[in-house]
Amino acid sequence: MAHIQVPEGVPGIRSLVMYRPDTGKPLYELAGALLRGDSTLSEAERELIATYVSRLNSCLFCMSSHAAAARYLFKDEKGIVDVVLEDYESAPISAKLKSLLSIAGSVQQDARTVTPEIVAKARSLGATDREIHDTVLIAATFCMFNRYVDGLASFTPTDPKAYEEMGKRMVEKGYVLPTPQTGI
Amino acid sequence: MPHINLPEGLPGIRGLMAYSPGTAKALNALAEVLLREENSLSRSERELIATYVSSQNDCLYCQSVHGAVASFYLEDDGKLIDQVKKDYQQAPVSDKMKALLSIAGSVQKGGKEVTPEQIEDARNMGATDKEIHDTVLIAAAFCMFNRYVDGLATWAPSDPQLYRERSATLAQIGYAGSNPYK
Repeated sequence: MAHIQVPEGVPGIRSLVMYRPDTGKPLYELAGALLRGDSTLSEAERELIATYVSRLNSCLFCMSSHAAAARYLFKDEKGIVDVVLEDYESAPISAKLKSLLSIAGSVQQDARTVTPEIVAKARSLGATDREIHDTVLIAATFCMFNRYVDGLASFTPTDPKAYEEMGKRMVEKGYVLPTPQTGI
Repeated sequence: MPHINLPEGLPGIRGLMAYSPGTAKALNALAEVLLREENSLSRSERELIATYVSSQNDCLYCQSVHGAVASFYLEDDGKLIDQVKKDYQQAPVSDKMKALLSIAGSVQKGGKEVTPEQIEDARNMGATDKEIHDTVLIAAAFCMFNRYVDGLATWAPSDPQLYRERSATLAQIGYAGSNPYK
């Protein structure tokens, strides 16, 4: 049960932003800008970074929902998501994305462990300043979302089917603030 | 030196806000609601939570700015801020604040660290659901801001006076209205 009185039966962050829409609005705008805004990183790649960081933070709700969004975006290659969650080094993704995931992992652990060397490596594999910036901010943002969702013990569905639908909605509709009427 | 090419001379998050105005808008809007808008927790109490979490994350820039803003509101010379960072249990803050700082400290370690007992304790000291919600979100948000600022190795000035000057500006105009260049 959640630590505070949030709408019942509504999972994860949706229950929290329905409880407090004033903070929900900038949170959803941030997610929208980072994960759906114009970028040279694909939406699938950005969802993958979000999923990976959520897994490192052991946030089952964020990991499962963003993994579902990434699977939906990767279409026929959706198996990539599970390989990345297992061991991204062996996943069939670009060397550049692997170097960005390594930066994201350092941000999750302790931001000061992002060394000039791992940044230089990403750059040598073709990452731009903007891509490095966005990777750090996506990783940092999910260190917030994960703590918000778990810190208030929000409802985490266990049925994979529930996440599949969430992932589809997150891709087709984007990050749209739920209203009390259409919350679920 | 920052890991990416940022506008020169702007410390901490200001360089990042100038570099990425699109994300800065949402980040500043979040800080504005959490730290400044109408709330049963005072502005200084909320800045204190932000400062404490930034200190736990060892983020020099964020703990200096928000510590200075809290001091500005409290008309404190910085002594209280240092006490809270060092050992808030011994600091002259309310029992409710101590309970909320304990929740914030758990959030800093990881969301799952927050126990029903800590929540119960805060509630017994008079904390409302909204105050508990805001404490968790302020703590979580600073786990983001701190990582953003340090993960890109931004510049943190060492002169406390610079933070005092900035805090007066922030206390006056707030986060949503702030301009990274001014």
